Amino acid sequence: MSTVLGLLNNTIAFSSVDGPGNRFVVFLQGCNFNCVTCHNPYTITRCTDCGLCVGPCPEHALSIEDGPLIVLDTGACTLCDVCIEVCPEDSTPLARVVTVRDLIEEIRAVAPFISGITVSGGEATQQPEFVADLFSTLKADPHLAHLTTFVDSNGAAPVEVWKRLADVMDGAMVDLKALDPATHLRLTARENDQVLASIEYLAQHDLLYEVRLLIVPGYNDDTQTVLRTAEWLSSVDPSMRIKLIGYRAHGVRPEALHIPEATGELLEHLETILREHGFDQIAVT
Amino acid sequence: MEMEEFVEQARSIINDGNLTFHQRKHYLAALAENSLPYPEIGPEAAEALNKGIVSDLYEGHAPYRPRYLLPDYELALAQGSEHLELEPPHTIDEALNFLLILYTQVPSITGFPVFLGDIDSLLLPYAEGVSDAALRAKLRLFWIALDRILPDGFVHANIGPQDNRVVRAILDIERELLQIVPNLSLKVHPDLTSDSLLLDAIETVFTTAKPHFVNHPMMVEDLGTGYGIVSCYNSLKKGGGSHTMVRLNLKEAAVAHSGSIDDFIDATLPFYASLNAEVMASRIRYLVEDARFFEHDFLAREGLVRLDRFSAMFGVYGLAEAVNILMEHEGLDARYGDGGAADELSYRIIGRIRAFVDDCPMPYSEGGGGRSLLHSQSGIDSDVNVTAGTRIPIGTEPETFQHISTVTPHHRHFDAGVSDIFHIDDTVRDNPEAVVDMIRGAFATGMREFTFNVDSNDFVRITGYLVRKSELARFQEGGERHASTVFAAGSVANSHVTERTTKRVLIREHSPRPAQ
Repeated sequence: MSTVLGLLNNTIAFSSVDGPGNRFVVFLQGCNFNCVTCHNPYTITRCTDCGLCVGPCPEHALSIEDGPLIVLDTGACTLCDVCIEVCPEDSTPLARVVTVRDLIEEIRAVAPFISGITVSGGEATQQPEFVADLFSTLKADPHLAHLTTFVDSNGAAPVEVWKRLADVMDGAMVDLKALDPATHLRLTARENDQVLASIEYLAQHDLLYEVRLLIVPGYNDDTQTVLRTAEWLSSVDPSMRIKLIGYRAHGVRPEALHIPEATGELLEHLETILREHGFDQIAVT
Repeated sequence: MEMEEFVEQARSIINDGNLTFHQRKHYLAALAENSLPYPEIGPEAAEALNKGIVSDLYEGHAPYRPRYLLPDYELALAQGSEHLELEPPHTIDEALNFLLILYTQVPSITGFPVFLGDIDSLLLPYAEGVSDAALRAKLRLFWIALDRILPDGFVHANIGPQDNRVVRAILDIERELLQIVPNLSLKVHPDLTSDSLLLDAIETVFTTAKPHFVNHPMMVEDLGTGYGIVSCYNSLKKGGGSHTMVRLNLKEAAVAHSGSIDDFIDATLPFYASLNAEVMASRIRYLVEDARFFEHDFLAREGLVRLDRFSAMFGVYGLAEAVNILMEHEGLDARYGDGGAADELSYRIIGRIRAFVDDCPMPYSEGGGGRSLLHSQSGIDSDVNVTAGTRIPIGTEPETFQHISTVTPHHRHFDAGVSDIFHIDDTVRDNPEAVVDMIRGAFATGMREFTFNVDSNDFVRITGYLVRKSELARFQEGGERHASTVFAAGSVANSHVTERTTKRVLIREHSPRPAQ
């Protein structure tokens, strides 16, 4: 076990929506995308310790007097989220630095109840050494080695990151926000070349658990777009598992509230298109 | 009871248009029984009973049948019944007919049988040579007959731990019929019960909120292989049963207590526990020595129940309130379920009660090694502001993993059963394997038994993101997360079922008296 530290937003002991079976989920802090539709915008940026959240905290759980860093009194914090609301940086003072050992002990307690762990975010691949360490430590522990290791990623990572993880990772769920580069840029503020390369690499190496298509009305929900996406995905792996996710407004920043939510009819229509392209493992949520 | 009051109560039962004929007769019998003096108990026990610190669940003043009987149906099928003039059955039709007749003759505190046997293993030998389709059709009619002939929500069948054709057919029929009756428990063994059978049961939970899941090896260790889950998740010996259940209201014991926590553990708790035991012993003696049930009833005469397989249940409830009250007395801001000092106190209380029960001899209780069996009692409809058994109060449960971790240490003490309910998000419907993981984990870490309640909630994590507590609170401002009453330990199927059958099917044990 190395001394690499992780910047953690939070963990969830039980999740049934982050891969196969019941899973322990690690949400790392920090993301290289800035999605219009982000449900957790406070996980995007690392805290700059500017201190603007210290005063507004109604529980006086935050302080900065003793040094350059914000200090959190976890006993006083009630998770009211005022700090998140006043943060100008899309961050949170609640993110904390953890060691692999910290997380391993949390996982050990939950281990009898889970099929595995999933590292999500933020963006998991922004902290590749930490994720690699966590996974290899799990695989080396005789009591935890049976747990499967998954990454939930936006796909915007160099292939070298996947190569680094390949030996200790059992699978990855990758978002494809848009096949069209211009739409991708509008949705995420980033190009999608790495995303496409990641999906191809992971599929070739049998590490692609699922591709997730977030359907955002007005951006990527028209039939032609989905047809082209289905064709491309089919050229990568015609038997891949696809999760079709309708955009929902909950948790998004105020500037995204004008985007209409995806309807059940729309998702049903798009699912039909995917099925006509031969995909038979499709989950719709 | 004064004559005038008796007449008035009899008339109000007879004239109650909300009760069926059979329900009126049941309550009239209880009224007559309660006109007799109570079995002999000392003044302190009588006062505790009167104040509701000790509660006999309105079992009645003159016990003339045990609370729960678990007839040895295997034996009955093998030897037939002289009293019922029935030969041992040889075909599936004969076996189903035999059991249906026998069930109607099994008494209990409610008048309905609380145990239908390990129904799949009972019927499996008779299913040989019967096609899958014919088997399903026959079982389906049998299942309908059970619900219509025995309309009480605590009539309880057991299935598992092995996979077989009968259990698969039953789960399939459950999903089709959506009946309240019978209540159902699946015995789960880490090796004998396959993931595939568990998944079938979980799909059934999604449809009907049944079955309840039981840690088979843990039960076998406490009660031997011949055990059954009956009524509202009571575990007892087959071929035996429980004479009575008297329960200690831990909340009221804490209210009555003044002094330190140590005093509560060392003095108050054993004091009220001894009064609870005194009421039990007196009731048992009346049943065995005065009403002489075991000398008269054909189930005993034919060996289908044996006095030496009987014990009695020492019940507890209101642990959550007791802990919180004692914490407040100490000026501590800790509550049961929050992972701190309150939880530690809860373990001390239940540990102390178990030690008391272990050391307290109980008459005619050879089935429990000469003592009573401890049960975490899940409540009746007249319980107000007191939490069932050792549960964490509804609405204050921590997330599922912490919830399971908090209550699990209690489970080993409750050899006569405990019912906890875990709420899980609707999203598991798309990933039932996650529930298999939870069941396996819960049993591997010492949980005895539990029920799942699947929350149909508009606000769930769909995928890949966190839900903030503050957001959840805003969403929930309109009402409680579990707005639907958790009734009968989650054993009542989803909405339309209760609407359709409330009047026909009662849960008599849950409502021991007519509505006031």
